[in-house]
Amino acid sequence: MQTEKELTEDLQRIVGTDNVSEATEKDAVEGVEPDFVVEPGSVEEISAVMKLAAREGLAVAPRGGGTKMHIGDPPRRLDLIVSTARMIEVLEHTPGDQIVRVEAGVKLEDLQENVSDSDQMLAIDPPESGATIGGIVAANSSGPRRYRYGTVRDLIIGITVVLHDGTVAKAGGKVVKNVAGYDLSKLFTGSLGTLGVIATANFRLHPRPGAARTVAVEVAEPQQAQAAAQAIVHSQVEATAVELHYGETEKQLTVLLESIPGGIDAKTEMASFLLKEFGEVRTLSDEESDRLGPLTPPEVADEVVLKIGAPPVDLAAVLESALGAAERKGLGHPRIMGHAGTGVTFVGFLGENEDGAAGFVEEMREIWVRRGGSVTLQRAPLTLKQRVSTWDNGGDYLGLVRRVKEKFDPRGGMNPGRFLGGN
Amino acid sequence: MERSRLIREMEGIVGAEGVVHEHEQLRTYECDGLMNYRVIPDLVVLPETGAHVQKVVKLCYGEGIPFVARGSGTGLSGGALPVESGVLIVLSRMRKILEVDIPNQRIVVEPGVVNMWVSQEVADKGYYYAPDPASQIVSSIGGNLAENSGGVHCLKYGFTTNHVMGAEVVLPDGSVTHIGGGKAPDAPGYDLLGAFVGSEGTLGIATRITLRLSRVPEAVHTLLAGFEDAEGAGGAVSGIIGEGIIPAAIEMMDRLTMEAVEEAVHPGLPDAGAVLVIELDGPEAEVEEQFGRVLEICEDNEATEIRVAEDDAERALFWKARKAAFGAMGRISNDYYVQDGVIPRTELPAVLARISELAGEYGLRVANVFHAGDGNLHPLVLYDNDTEGEAERAEKLAGEIVFTCLEHGGSLTGEHGIGEDKKKYMPKMFTDDDMNVMQLLRCAFDPHQIANPGKIFPTPRLCGERPGPFHMHPLQKAGIVEQF
Repeated sequence: MQTEKELTEDLQRIVGTDNVSEATEKDAVEGVEPDFVVEPGSVEEISAVMKLAAREGLAVAPRGGGTKMHIGDPPRRLDLIVSTARMIEVLEHTPGDQIVRVEAGVKLEDLQENVSDSDQMLAIDPPESGATIGGIVAANSSGPRRYRYGTVRDLIIGITVVLHDGTVAKAGGKVVKNVAGYDLSKLFTGSLGTLGVIATANFRLHPRPGAARTVAVEVAEPQQAQAAAQAIVHSQVEATAVELHYGETEKQLTVLLESIPGGIDAKTEMASFLLKEFGEVRTLSDEESDRLGPLTPPEVADEVVLKIGAPPVDLAAVLESALGAAERKGLGHPRIMGHAGTGVTFVGFLGENEDGAAGFVEEMREIWVRRGGSVTLQRAPLTLKQRVSTWDNGGDYLGLVRRVKEKFDPRGGMNPGRFLGGN
Repeated sequence: MERSRLIREMEGIVGAEGVVHEHEQLRTYECDGLMNYRVIPDLVVLPETGAHVQKVVKLCYGEGIPFVARGSGTGLSGGALPVESGVLIVLSRMRKILEVDIPNQRIVVEPGVVNMWVSQEVADKGYYYAPDPASQIVSSIGGNLAENSGGVHCLKYGFTTNHVMGAEVVLPDGSVTHIGGGKAPDAPGYDLLGAFVGSEGTLGIATRITLRLSRVPEAVHTLLAGFEDAEGAGGAVSGIIGEGIIPAAIEMMDRLTMEAVEEAVHPGLPDAGAVLVIELDGPEAEVEEQFGRVLEICEDNEATEIRVAEDDAERALFWKARKAAFGAMGRISNDYYVQDGVIPRTELPAVLARISELAGEYGLRVANVFHAGDGNLHPLVLYDNDTEGEAERAEKLAGEIVFTCLEHGGSLTGEHGIGEDKKKYMPKMFTDDDMNVMQLLRCAFDPHQIANPGKIFPTPRLCGERPGPFHMHPLQKAGIVEQF
């Protein structure tokens, strides 16, 4: 075991004096404060840092933009934050191939800016700003466009990872169609830093649509919200997103339509026609459709946000169960938003009433995990997480999750304790 | 365990009619769609239910007997090649469609269900199953899942992996687990389903599969365009993609392929150096305008002839021509060797030039058929097995072609899989560390490596497990694996 001073010097030798700092309160992850923050500037440097961490038995948490460090249970231990703040190069963008390769620390906004010159985009649109590609992949972030384009798993085509022992491995490649070897890109998607550090990632890009419009319908009741969403989903309109906002006063289903300039009117007409039997339909202004984006970051620090995944046809039942439970638990009218086309619903409320919140989570799990869905805490005060885990342990695949973790990280040095099943 | 006792125990599980053990009958199963490799399995077992599969696998696990799963046996990389002294588990008796859930756009099927049946089942509801490998009238969903099959429409709609939403899996130790959310999105935990799809039968056997159903598009427009040469056709492809249009499919065939296809199915292909089949689908107004643009781009690239499908029958004829390409090769060559390399689309002209150069050097003909939109090439190396040394030369040329793909930033395989056939090339694409880390996944699912052993990786590794049911692994004993 080295002294702290020796360790600092070793780290400095790898990444340079300026790129090692002592951690501060701001670097704490769910109440656990690390010793150091290290910023490697290359895959090789990440590997060398990890080898050192493995040798010294240090627990590592990878960090990108730091926008989602609250997701997961508190780490069992944490010594070192490996930040990708210096891994910010767009390695390759070939417009004719519609692919991009980036280092993990590249911010999504910067990537989009970079590829927009050729009228292309990465079709991932999570709500948080400042998020890096590595963080988006690790947390499997998604936004409204997932309805049409899928999630990270559907767009990632290659990856480079560094395991806790410093082993560098890549999988996939830079072509969209590729079945050579196991698909580790998907395995690392949503792995929340528990298998290794994501160093680079490759993606398939899409052309930027030439025209977009958002159509909204007021929905008075859960049943209407579900029926309106189903009407779009089963039509031939090829919507890009089907979103629900179901607050106390504002209740509407919005449908994002994208096309070429010559096709957008017909799409808008078709969607409006389909929606009009459910309530008042209007086409939103650009400003309004921006505001109605995905879940905006909560204004209150201790807000509780649950993510419920359920079959899309159960949307009304999800809404009714959440509204009913919130009322019974004394939580008032929760803020509900969701990707209604794909069956993802977010329920948010203030965290003051912790007993109520814990009871609410348990009740939602009781209902939705039993019906094949999932209920995950996206955001919650630490004290609530200590009562109800971030994760439901609904599936019989938990043993397999544990075995994967043990194989990739046998010493338990990667974000230990944050993932489901205590992995 | 003695063979006779193993047969009795297997018969006890699946019934006497579900066990094949006579040498002559076993020969039926000695290869899959790739006939260069043949191994006669010790035993073939045909389970009828997921519970059968579980019991059969459990028996194999307990006795340390390796097993290989097989669907319809149409694979082109030897993925379902049996292992000697192993059991071949054939899933073709598990052919039930278990549930159709149109509201959630899902269908639940057994692994032996044929790809085409899925679309047929839901056609009257306005739905279909998007992945459409050329083998779809025969190949099974379980096999498609194992290989992550593509097809001609995956440019716009993605591959099997994007359409499999959940699976009940019998793991190599005989336990059953459910991976992927099925009807619900975003199952928490690692994306085990994403890792399982395309794992070529090395992680377990899917016994119940939930697929996504897609809505039939409002409009479909298809054309067939002839060009002077592949360069002209390639120019049109680049033009279309550059315009921001994502066609449902863009397929290319060269002159040699067209000759074979013409003889086999008489589609009346134009007299041209290369032909493109392009299909656009989606909402009518959008498709109509984009289709007009595609016609212009073909003309700008000096298409010699353009035929627009006037109706479904003509569209079907275009597709028949394309999908018949492999089978038609028999008309112009006794034997052929198919490759499945992928290249970045922009490298197409350079790679085609190199292939033709290589063909000249080897003195063999190469017919080119490919998914031009996603850069997935199927060069068919033609040869005559009766001419001494030609088979070896053809295999070597096929290898050179796939190395050319790698040199240009591509992949060994786009949809056929690595299997037995291409595992020797894996070190050209991946480092030892890459492959070792991939095999960690294998170790998590199948620590004793009894599921389809010896496929994908040139050097299988054991997983550092303490001896479980066996003292020494049979593969280790045979000297073909080393301890991790």
